Parts: sequence; C-alpha cells; structure tokens
Amino acid sequence: MMSSQIIPSLSAAELADIDAEISHAPYKAAVAIDALKIVQSYRGWVSDESLKAIAQHLEMSPAELDGIATFYNLIFRQPVGEQVILLCNSVTCWIKGYEQIREQISQHLGVGLGETTTDKAYTFLPVTCLGACDKAPVMMVGDELHEHIDRNDLTQIFRSREQAQ
Amino acid sequence: MPVITIDNQEYSVKEGDNLLQACLGLGLDLPYFCWHPDMGSIGACRQCAVVQYQNTEDYRAGSRGRIVMGCMTQVTDGAIFSLNGDKASEFRKTIVESLMLNHPHDCPVCAEGGECHLQDMTVMTGHRDRHYRGKKNTHRNQYLGPLIHHEMNRCITCYRCTRYYNNYAGGKDLAAMAAHDHVYFGRHQEGVLESEFAGNLVEVCPTGVFTDKSLVNDYSRKWDLQSAPSVCTHCAVGCNTLPGERYGKLKRVHNRYNDEVNGYFLCDRGRFGAKFVNSDKRINNPGLRDEHGRYNIIDPHQALHQLVEACQGDNNIAAIGSPRASVEANFLLKTLAGEQHYSPGFNAQEQSLAQLALSLQQHSAATIPSIKDIECADAIFILGEDLTHSAPRIALALRQSVRNKAYALAAELKLQPWQDAAVRNLAQDQRSPLFVAAVTDTRLDDIAEQCHHLAPDDIARLGYAVAEQISGKANASDEPANTIAQALLSAQRPLIIAGSSCGNAAIMQAAAAIADALALRKNENAGNSMLCLTLPEANSLGQAMLSPNEAPSIEALAERAYKIDTLIVLENDLFRRAPAAVVDKLLQSVTTLIVLDSLETPTLATSQLALPAASVAESEGTIVSLEGRAQRYFPVSECQGERRASWAWLLACLKELGHPEAANIHRFDDITLACSAAQPMLKGITLAAPDHFYRNAGVKIPRQPQRYSGRTAMRANVSVHEPKQTEDDETALAYTMEGLNRHQPGSLLPFVWSPGWNSNQSLHKFQTETGGPLKGGTAGKRLLDNRQNNNNQQKNSQQAVATTAPAAFQASAGQWLLVPRQRIFGSDELSSYSDNLAELLSDASIEINSADASLLQVKNGDGLSLGENLACLRVVINNTIPQGCAAYSVGIAGTFNLTLGQRVSLQKASDWQRPKQADVIASDGGAHV
Repeated sequence: MMSSQIIPSLSAAELADIDAEISHAPYKAAVAIDALKIVQSYRGWVSDESLKAIAQHLEMSPAELDGIATFYNLIFRQPVGEQVILLCNSVTCWIKGYEQIREQISQHLGVGLGETTTDKAYTFLPVTCLGACDKAPVMMVGDELHEHIDRNDLTQIFRSREQAQ
Repeated sequence: MPVITIDNQEYSVKEGDNLLQACLGLGLDLPYFCWHPDMGSIGACRQCAVVQYQNTEDYRAGSRGRIVMGCMTQVTDGAIFSLNGDKASEFRKTIVESLMLNHPHDCPVCAEGGECHLQDMTVMTGHRDRHYRGKKNTHRNQYLGPLIHHEMNRCITCYRCTRYYNNYAGGKDLAAMAAHDHVYFGRHQEGVLESEFAGNLVEVCPTGVFTDKSLVNDYSRKWDLQSAPSVCTHCAVGCNTLPGERYGKLKRVHNRYNDEVNGYFLCDRGRFGAKFVNSDKRINNPGLRDEHGRYNIIDPHQALHQLVEACQGDNNIAAIGSPRASVEANFLLKTLAGEQHYSPGFNAQEQSLAQLALSLQQHSAATIPSIKDIECADAIFILGEDLTHSAPRIALALRQSVRNKAYALAAELKLQPWQDAAVRNLAQDQRSPLFVAAVTDTRLDDIAEQCHHLAPDDIARLGYAVAEQISGKANASDEPANTIAQALLSAQRPLIIAGSSCGNAAIMQAAAAIADALALRKNENAGNSMLCLTLPEANSLGQAMLSPNEAPSIEALAERAYKIDTLIVLENDLFRRAPAAVVDKLLQSVTTLIVLDSLETPTLATSQLALPAASVAESEGTIVSLEGRAQRYFPVSECQGERRASWAWLLACLKELGHPEAANIHRFDDITLACSAAQPMLKGITLAAPDHFYRNAGVKIPRQPQRYSGRTAMRANVSVHEPKQTEDDETALAYTMEGLNRHQPGSLLPFVWSPGWNSNQSLHKFQTETGGPLKGGTAGKRLLDNRQNNNNQQKNSQQAVATTAPAAFQASAGQWLLVPRQRIFGSDELSSYSDNLAELLSDASIEINSADASLLQVKNGDGLSLGENLACLRVVINNTIPQGCAAYSVGIAGTFNLTLGQRVSLQKASDWQRPKQADVIASDGGAHV
C-alpha cells in the first residue's frame, strides 16, 4: 500500500553508485553490504534514516538490513570523527607493544577506545587484525596503514596530520 | 528400518531421521535448544552432542570416538553412538555452562520459570556450579507491542526466534543484530511486531526472552494453572488450545498439539483473543427488565421460571441459534422452538453461503484437506480470500506449502528435509506456485507467483476460465488462466482455496469447479486435488449441518416477527448480522425477548430476560471446523457467579416444560447422543471425544498438574478451610491434581508435562513420533471425511452447482460495489472483547483506489458517507482495489448496516471526524518510542 514513497535521504550520487552495483547483481538485496559502504563513504556513518532509505531502495526490511549493518564492525551506526583510528589488538601486535601504544594514543587524544574526540577529529577503535602481522604493531588512520609503529612515529603521525589541517 | 546402537542397546529407527529425533522418539532424554520439530536442524547450539564410533572394534577398543551433533547426524544402519558416556555428557555440560555465561540468575522473577526449556536442559545436563566470575553482558529491551514482552538478557542465541519469525512465519521486522557475544534479537526500532503469528515466539523461545505480556503482568506459574483441552472459537479453522486458569481468570492460552490441525502453532487472534472471557462485559447474573426499563438481578430459579413461562401455553416461540455456540446448545434450542421456528442465526447471505460450502464439500470429487494436508500442497490457487485475516492458521500453513518446491529439490540431492539451512540455501527464492485472486492486496502476496486484484465476479470468472483450461475446453492462449491451469495440472497435490469472505457464491462454485476438473483429469500417479472452503465462524459448518434444509434466516424471521410472542436468542448479536432497521423491526415486534449470552452485547441489552451463559472456557461443547472436524472443548474452570452453560439453561427449561425429547436427556453426553441420532450428518459428533464415563487407570483425568500449589491459600481471605473440589459430572476430567495424564485419547489432554521436561517441549513424550499423531490418537472426528474413499478410478463429480460464470463486473457511475477488508484483530466478534487486543484494534475504514478517490474528491483520512446513512467511514486509498469497488472493514463497529456485494453510493462527508481510538495499528510503531 505504501510502496511508492519518495526516498528522501539518499543523494543522487549515492543512488547512482548503488544502482551501478545493482546492475551486476542477481537481485537488489545482494548489494546490501556495498550499499552500506557507499553511503558510509559519503557520510562517514549510516544513520537510521539512511538505513531505512537503503532498505527501501533494495526492497528489504529495515530489520533485515540492520542485521547486516550491525554484524560488521566497520559499518558505523553512530557518528564517527573525521578520521577513524583502527589499532590492532590481535596477538602479534599485542606482543609487540599494543598496550603502550593504546595508552599513548589515548593520552594524546584524550579519549579511550570506542570514543570520539570532542572536536570530532578522531574516533579511536580497536580492530582484531589488519593482515599485516609481519609489520606489527600496526594501525590504520583513515585509509592509511602505519606499520612498525613506535612512540616517535605516533608523535610524527599526529603532528603531520594536524599540520596538514 | 536402520538399526542403530545407543549405549550398547540396539534400536530400530525411522529411515532418514536424524539422531536427535530418533532419540526423542525412543523416549531417550537428549538435551537440545535450536532444533524444533517443525523447523528442522541447523546445528547451532551444540547441545545435542553425542559420541559416534566408527565400528564395533572402535567401540570395544575404548576409542575416544568422535563428537557429533545429534540433530545433524542422519541415522544409518549399524551406526554406534554413546549418549550417556562420560565424554558426551561432559561436553553437553560444558556447552550449557557456556550458554549460561551471560544468562542472569533471574528465574524467580522470570515468567518462563517452571516451564523453561533452558532450566530443564541445565538440570538434565547436570551443570550446577558456575565458574565464570566476570561481568555479564546486558542489553536494553524493546517495546514489541501489547502482546509480547522482551527480556533480551536471558538470550542464549539459539536463533529459534528469527528462524521461526522470518523463515517459518514470513515476518520481516525481527532480526539478529550484531555479532560475537553481543548478538541481539529484536526489531530495527521499538514497535509492535508486525507478524500475526508473533505470539508463537512465547512457545518457540526456549527461555524467557519472549514471554506473554499479559501473563507477565498478571502472573501464575505453569504448575499453578488449571487447564483443559479446548478449541479456539475465533475462526472456523478449529485450532486446539490449552487455556490456563487461576483465581477464576484465564491467564493464558498455549498451543495444544494436533498433528492434523494446528500442529505446534496458533495465530495471535486465537492466543490472545481468548482473553475475552475475562472481559468486564461478561455477565454474571440473570437479569429481568422491570416496567421502568431497568434490569434487576434475579436468582437463577426465578430466571428459569421466567424462561419456562415465556415458552409455555399458546405462546408462539421462535429461536435464533448461533454459529459461535456449540452444536449441543443449538440442538436443544432447535428442539425447544421446533424446526419451523428455529433459525441457525445466520443472515440470509451467510446462510446460503454456509449451505453452499457444505454441499460443495459433500459432493466434491476433490479431497477436503486438513491443515496438515494443506501444508503438503505443491500448487495453490486462492480465490477471494485474505487468509491471514479470515482463517489465519491456514495462511501460516501455506507459507510451508510453498516450500514443497525446496523439499523436492532437496530430495533430488538426497538431502533430508530437516537439513534446514541446506534446504533453504539450495532453494533460495524458488517456491511452489501460489496464485492469489483477491479484491485487495493480501498478506500472502509476498509468496505468490501471481496476484490478481479483481472484483468478486471477475474472480469467479477467472476461476471458471481456469477450470475450462484444465478440462481442455478453452483456448490455451487465455492468460492468466492458462498459466494457473498448467501449474495446477503439473502439481502432484494441487489445492484450491475459496470461502465466504466476499459474500459471493460464484467464487466458491468456481473453486469447486476447478477442484473437480482437476480431480477428473489427474493422472494416475498423482494425489487427488484438494478443495478448502473457509467460513467465518467456529461452528458455521456445524450450524449448516444441524439445519441442512431450508431454515429461516434472521431476515426471514423479521418478516414474520408479528407472529412471534417469545424470541429466544442464543449467543448471537443480531446487530452484527443484519442492518439495524431489520433487527429493530424483529426485536420490537416480539413480546418477550430472551437472550442467553456470555457477553453484554447490544442484542442482550435490549432483552427482557438476560441469562448469563458460560464461555468456552467454562463449558463443554462440540463445534465443527471448516474441514468438517467435530471437536470437543471442555471447561477449564468452574462457572463463576450464576453463569451456566447455555445447554444447561436450555435443558432445565425443556425438563420443566416436560418436553418429550428431554425425557432421556440427563447430562451433556445425552444431548450429543440425541443430536447425533437426530441429524445424520452429525452422526460422528459423539466420537469427537470420549464421554464422561471414560477413566484413565480407573480415575478421571486431572486438570491440575501434580505440583498445583496454594489450594488453601488461594481463598484464605474468605476461609482457611479448603472446600471440597467441585465435582465434574459432565466430562471425564476432574478439578484435581490426582490422576494420570498419560495414555489417554488425544482429545482429553489437559496439559503436557513429563518428569524432567517442564516446558512445552515435553510434547514429544506424548507423540508417536516427531510431528506425528499423539499416542492417544488425533483429537476430533472428521464428519466429511472423503480422504479414503476417493480413489482415482471412481471419480464422479455430482456437483449440483452452477457451471456458468457470472457476467463480468461493470463499474457503474455513482455506485460502488462493497467488498470485504478482513482484519485479524477486529473482524471477529469475541476476540475484539479481549483487553490484550484492545490496543491493536482500529476504527472502521473504507478503501478505494486513487481514481475513485479523486472522483469523490477525498484523500486519506477523510470521511466518506455510504448510501442513505448506512455508514460513515474513514477513507484509505489503496490502488490494488479495482475501480468501482470499495472495501470496508467487515465485523468492525460502524459497518454493520452494510452487506457484502451491495452497491452503494459514496459521498464525501465534510463534517466527519474520526472516532477517538488508539490510532496505531500493527505497524512500525514510532509512536511508542
């Protein structure tokens, strides 16, 4: 009865990207993960409103899509900072000093794991593995992987980023 | 049959079963969580672990064997297992401990306590001491509507809820969220659960995550509930129920297993609607109206005297029975008034449709299916019904029928049907074909291959076109008839469903014509075609059987109302059945109006003498379901106040009058017997359940579990002396906890419980096999059973029905054809009195398509006036409705002056205001957040 509602909250660009994915999928719901990633790439996170709009576009129920969205740690269902820091806490990185690095980042940013800085610049999250155990300890800041990090690197990383801004 | 060895003992088991099924069938206790007899295995919980050995040498050598999951292991000849060996039991104990890590220790305040499968399994595995000392995970609970209470902390992530809700019942708004140790089962946002079958979550969840909200708010433990076998009276399907009573109140309704009818599941109308018996509108005392028009309470003797007096002498009596009252009460009323003066309580349209359904089923060459047979159908054509709202349990069965395609694909790969995940993965979206032709969108559209939204006569025309295609009389290019006909012809067990919802006889006749054409054309190897005709009320078919010859309808009685001195109305609200003008004419012409009912209906409110009738929960009776199954319900508790079963009032009256028929009737069973002797079609009703002489191991069947507590405390505020228990002279059940609840006929099962199995999962102890009949036999007696004698050689349709299609529907200017919009909550009279459902009811509406709406210059939410002051209803625009048709909410207050199939004028009612009512119906309930 209510099928022909207008989708208010997806931009034309987002819809175009999603439709491009749909064009090579067997059915619409098959691109659920890609659609979530597309919206997140534009907005940084996936709000309830976006989620409902994507679900409607993919002919899924919001519950079904939310089940997928919440399953993946890296689909953010809450707002995150400009940059997301993913610090690996898996075994190799842990042996190579994860805990000290975590403390140091926390001190520098003034936030703990799972938190966002007050200026919305960074969200600090743990991650189970980044697939670079041979270069442990590692972390990602935004799209950039940092290998063999130590105390000096950290200062460097944050300083250069802050200067860039 | 394969022979397997379990702990040194050989057993022969059923080919193809899994080990868990086999063990439970053998009476062995093997714990499990995620497996469900009707939903198969996924091997998620790891609880049914056993040790399997390679061969005898392996076993004798004391090898470690290997741990396998019982539910995922198919039994094979010669397989050797250990159930009770140390390794297996230690493993299961560890699993329970891990599941219990985050489970709160809140059994004393949990509504599941005492009937909790998790409790049972924890005790069974021997897990006692908890070693985990860390913090437990906690979750926020959601508001899921007025029916279901959510307590997520108790979850053990067995996934049964989503598997039931989404996969089995076709729900879309409950999902498993997140991952790891914080998995959450809930909705995307708080709100009312959308599925009409959500109540089954209460029984499906092995612990207390989903519980019955009304029970939580007014609680009694299972062991304190008194219960009796009952039958749902809220539609014609006849699901078997187990109502539980305490302190004179109905506390809850659970499913009563019947392998041929409802299986393991009920709909929410049945589960929660039965609470009408607690309604404030119940009447407790007889009332007599004085000269000032006021009711005075009188005592039962006086009331009986008044009743007898009104029936005595030269008074012309007429009586109106009811399709929601038992066969027995109706039979006595008919005896009292005489055949000429007895109306079965239908309006003219209902009566002709009920008689038509009966005669079509009697003469059909097709089989009349049980609900279980419906689940076996592999091609379905539904004509004119929105089954989820008119016969809900059938809609749930059809969601299983369309999976027969998946089972067929699985069989090709030698995959067992219980391999749930594998079978679903294999089939993806492939379904057995289901076609819907209806006047509006229906709740089954999502699983239908084709939906056709047509006016009632056009549905019938499509039906006839399909029948002609099947018998090869028509041009093969006629679509969609050809596609539907081909799908039905290539099926092994095609099923045609129609019913009385549209008030259109041609639809039912067309359905019968298709079923007959299929029956006559079927190839030798295939099973017979099936014809299912739905009717609106619990005993509609029984009433058609009781008065198969011309009987006066309510309108016919109104025509000769001036000749009636005394009119007795049995459990019937006439204002729901005929326009107020007709009913007023009838009621005002008669001198004395006597109404027997359990609720204060508008009809009862106009009576001179009102007699309080017992509800279904306090009386015994037989009703005949839409498949012609006679089923007996039994009183769950004693009658409160001065209520009496309707049959008891009428029998006392007949006795007082010295009626010859009553001479040999002394108790309930005698009425059943007399009725079966008087009406050949009802001959089988005595076999619906054993009579009051039945004894199990020499004693009656107890209504109370062995642990029933507080019998003295319960009424200590009145007296500390416990009164003698009420004697039940009418049935084989007793108001006691003494006696044996084992081995009796299936129709006498008052509750399920077995040592170590306190939850409803104990059912397997009462079944012959998983999903099979109860050990005491399936409850009920089919009166129209043509399943056996209908073989392929002797198919001979004797349809005495119209074989020509009606003329095509023509929209006429200024006149709209009234078609039905059924609602699971609201369209049924009794359940709409249930407090539980109050929040889910909504006001009456009229649905038209947008072209008609712009013609009438109305939009959603406006008021529309129908005919000459027939009704004024809220507009809903729905483009699935054919132009020229208007769908109104049947059975909902404000629409009782309307008749289906009537043509009325529509006009915008500019000063109309929506009646004040809860405006949220089962939908995404933003309003509750």
